[in-house]
Amino acid sequence: MNGGHDLGGMHGLGAINPESETDEPVFHHPWERRVFALTLATGFLGHWNIDQSRHARERQHPIDYLRNTYYENWLAGLQTLLIDSGLLTEAELKSGFCDKSFPNQEIVLTKKEVKAKLQEGKSVELPIATSPQFVIGQEVMVVNRHPIGHTRAPRYTRGRRGTVIHQHGGHIFPDDHAMGDQTGQHLYTVCFDAAELWGQDNADNEQVYVDLWESYLTSGRTKQ
Amino acid sequence: MQDDHDHDHAHDHDATEAPSEIELRVKALESLLVEKGLVDSAALDELVDTYEHHVGPQNGAHVVAKAWVDPVFREHLLANPGSAIASLGYSGRQGEHIRVLQNTDSVHNLVVCTLCSCYPWPLLGLPPQWYKSAPYRARAVSEPRKVLDEFGTHLGTDISIQVWDSTSEMRYLVLPQRPVNSDNVSEAELQQLVTRNSMIGVETLKVFSDTND
Repeated sequence: MNGGHDLGGMHGLGAINPESETDEPVFHHPWERRVFALTLATGFLGHWNIDQSRHARERQHPIDYLRNTYYENWLAGLQTLLIDSGLLTEAELKSGFCDKSFPNQEIVLTKKEVKAKLQEGKSVELPIATSPQFVIGQEVMVVNRHPIGHTRAPRYTRGRRGTVIHQHGGHIFPDDHAMGDQTGQHLYTVCFDAAELWGQDNADNEQVYVDLWESYLTSGRTKQ
Repeated sequence: MQDDHDHDHAHDHDATEAPSEIELRVKALESLLVEKGLVDSAALDELVDTYEHHVGPQNGAHVVAKAWVDPVFREHLLANPGSAIASLGYSGRQGEHIRVLQNTDSVHNLVVCTLCSCYPWPLLGLPPQWYKSAPYRARAVSEPRKVLDEFGTHLGTDISIQVWDSTSEMRYLVLPQRPVNSDNVSEAELQQLVTRNSMIGVETLKVFSDTND
């Protein structure tokens, strides 16, 4: 979706003003710690995947997304996921009172399991039978498509030409994954010249590399 | 909640200050989820403790310093980063698929995630605020040299800037160039010289001087 999260190339956002590396705390407010931990812990209940989680944040009104701080967006996403998955009701969220008539059968992450679960991670590699459509060194073009659901082809790449520099094999396809389906597609890294993305005035020996799934791409020589 | 929005640099409230609206809201949500039996408070504390105190850029610095002193490891790291990094004990969530980007005299790498905040957690911990900020996400891909300038990193146009937008689950770690004049420095000391920012690519490492400034 062309949401408030798709920021590559946006103007007017100002300077970065980084905090000093040695002084910056991991969390800036106590509540951020809890939002972070609640998001991870409830994620382990297995009701949603990482793309659904991203999509829940992206689906906010773009003004909210941009105005919110980072962990405010996490909180908004978490509330959406909890309600969409039926783990909480709107009424519970609003009142703060637990409705005991909906008992849960969830297997909850325990302190003892945290270390192992984090270490285990979750591979997104998904072997697929078809061979890759594009080869290293091939010119490709990002299809100029604007899906209303979740996608990981940034707007600034659409309709642009680049060169495949790496094949990663089959990876879970995020557009489907955000709808709860686990399908695999070949994943590639595509190199774009800055001038192709941003115009000739910005051609100062810069390249942008973007990981793109096969259905985002078409052969560079074919006009859409 | 609104009052946080106007700050670029959020800071912890004084203990004497009344809790903010969002603080109360998060507290209420946590209580509700605990009461529903959906989360365990001790597990939440453990998750926070892990990323606040145990997993951080020291892990990535270990990988980088070893790559500088051990050519066999370096080769392994570049050819098969996942297995090389796991051999030092780092793996897991948000680091399942890693690629290492080597800086050279003619190539400088810079990592961003324009769509969210993807970052190699097992090696660098959680990302700093600026990495997740809208200005960095917007500008790193479209004007990387200006972005680098803002970090005090001034690179001539003879050096190619390669920006990596983390759109997939591949995670990118920059292997910075070893500081000039550090040939006789031990691996343990080198590790102390590696900054987090150099492993994201917004900084290069300065010339080593054992008198230090």
